[in-house]
Amino acid sequence: MIWETVRLSLRSIRRNVLRSFLTLLGIVIGVAAVIAMLTIGSGTTEKVKADISKLGSNLLVVRSGRPAGPGGPGGLDQVVRPLAEKDLAALVAHLTGARAISPASQKQVRVIFGTESLTSGVTGTDSAYLDARDWKLVSGRPFSDSETRSGTGVCLIGQTVRQQFFGAGDPEGEIIRVNRTSCKIIGLLEPKGYTGFGQDQDNVVLMPLHAYQRRIAGNRDIDNIYIAADDTTPTSELQPRVEDILRDIRRVTADRESDFAIRDMTQMADAMASATTTMTGMLGAVAGVSLLVGGIGIMNIMLVSVTERTREIGIRLAIGAHEKHILIQFLVEATVLSLLGGIIGILIGLALAGLASVALTIPFAPSPAVILLAVGFSAVIGMVFGFFPALRGARLDPIDALRHE
Amino acid sequence: MSAPLLITFDKVWKSYGEGEARVHALAGVDLAIRRGEFVAITGPSGSGKSTAMNIIGCLDTPTVGTYSFIGVDAGRLDRNRRALLRNLYVGFVFQGYNLLPRTTAAENVELPLIYRGVAARERRDLAMQALAEVALIGREHHTPAELSGGQQQRVAIARAIVTRPTLLVADEPTGNLDTARTHEIMELLTRLNADLGLTIVMVTHEADVAAYAERTIRFLDGHVAADTANAEAA
Ligand SMILES: Nc1ncnc2c1ncn2[C@@H]1O[C@H](COP(=O)(O)OP(=O)(O)OP(=O)(O)O)[C@@H](O)[C@H]1O
Ligand SMILES: [Mg+2]
Repeated sequence: MIWETVRLSLRSIRRNVLRSFLTLLGIVIGVAAVIAMLTIGSGTTEKVKADISKLGSNLLVVRSGRPAGPGGPGGLDQVVRPLAEKDLAALVAHLTGARAISPASQKQVRVIFGTESLTSGVTGTDSAYLDARDWKLVSGRPFSDSETRSGTGVCLIGQTVRQQFFGAGDPEGEIIRVNRTSCKIIGLLEPKGYTGFGQDQDNVVLMPLHAYQRRIAGNRDIDNIYIAADDTTPTSELQPRVEDILRDIRRVTADRESDFAIRDMTQMADAMASATTTMTGMLGAVAGVSLLVGGIGIMNIMLVSVTERTREIGIRLAIGAHEKHILIQFLVEATVLSLLGGIIGILIGLALAGLASVALTIPFAPSPAVILLAVGFSAVIGMVFGFFPALRGARLDPIDALRHE
Repeated sequence: MSAPLLITFDKVWKSYGEGEARVHALAGVDLAIRRGEFVAITGPSGSGKSTAMNIIGCLDTPTVGTYSFIGVDAGRLDRNRRALLRNLYVGFVFQGYNLLPRTTAAENVELPLIYRGVAARERRDLAMQALAEVALIGREHHTPAELSGGQQQRVAIARAIVTRPTLLVADEPTGNLDTARTHEIMELLTRLNADLGLTIVMVTHEADVAAYAERTIRFLDGHVAADTANAEAA
């Protein structure tokens, strides 16, 4: 009986292919949007988490200035003292439980090779940086200690920079100009892709800190100090030690707050993940509204269908169809229609999410639970919005219905 | 004459509208039809023939009076019970055939069986048997658009008899057909009446069609004006 009814409804849907398709559009767009949003959203979350753990989930980042928080930035007495090399030296000398400690000062700078140019993130740092960030070279070598110390004009470049200037060629030994100073390429970083926020992590140039300070920044400041904890030390344990050492070397008296901030990347990972979850939820709500619109479309077309087929309903009632038979027939039809829209929507949504995952280099993370939910949801929409038209059909008077032209 | 009563009207009124505009389509009809009878109903337009047929076929109920069908007070049953009565005991044939469009002859004939919950294979067998009885074998996969009027009416008759009903209700079954097709259909009905013992109540405007029946009831202004046994058909 039900199978019979499903076949019947498929036939009537096929009879009006264009109309059925237009009816489905609302559901298709709604479901496709939901699926695409949620799939891209969970891909982004995964990516952000992976990024953070790539940063090293056991990474602390120190920068100057008071930690943001209640009370806001410091008052007038708090002229921000930048981090300096003696701070770094103190950490290197006294901090236990760290695998790598490295300075990093950063700026967006125009990089030129021949007639080509590119704006890149240029970082001044030392040889421990690769270890601290857990970055690897695909060719060449890191800075030597003497290059770091003397500030030689050498640099490591990321894949985007290489692509821009040398295509697939070997960049090693070439000289590029970074903000009017020249530096020799000694190594190439492995590709890292985009961050969850679309920032190209391969558009980078690393150079010795002293070279950066002298030729690009024009001061002796250090923007950040990266501290990677070793495998046995949790960052939560490392953080107070770092604070003590820095307060001591920077002579922050006990009655004052620290004039530097220590950020724990693990906490940041959680914060960013929850931000993307919130965003996904909001976009999902917008998509939900289009599902509602789709449901109204189904209701509309089912009302038309019931009116068009009044005579058919009359015939069925005359030869002994129970009210519930008619009700079920139109409910099944609405549900099949809506399910069809849901399935098309899922396919389109997954395709969109797949394209987005390629474009944004995030993982393609379709969730079976979300897909099942979308299937169930579109079926429910069909039933809910099909119910009123179906009931109208079922309640028709057979004599009137038979007389209907 | 001792076949049991199938249909009785006891002072049946059927009225439409209110006040000034009130119309009595049936105004106190008394009527009895026995099992196995073949009855023709005639009368001028608007005399209440179709109204009476709708009540006989359990599609409608009297406003006043009692209609009993197979001993059941059918006039006081709710619509779903009457649907069940129709499905079990009544077959309908209409002037306009009333087949489902874009649906094959066989599927049209199977329709009442679906609502009886008959399994697919048995349905197909019974439908083929009914189509054989109306001499339509070979046309079972044609849709109504691909059949002539006479063929469509035979499909409708096959659909009406596929459930082996007790009663066949036919409102102007030959109204849309030419003379040759009309006699074909009437011979078919006569044979079904004789062979299956099917009770037939049929509305017609034509005397030669009414002549196929054993008895003619003439309606006038919502009354039974005449009720006569026909001379043995030629
Ligand atoms: N649903 C209705 N609402 C109002 N009046 C109706 C309705 N159905 C029938 N009537 C009236 O009842 C009377 C009898 O109608 P009925 O259809 O029974 O006539 P009939 O004998 O079948 O006529 P015909 O030979 O033209 O088919 C008519 O006056 C008609 O206008
Ligand atoms: Mg009539």
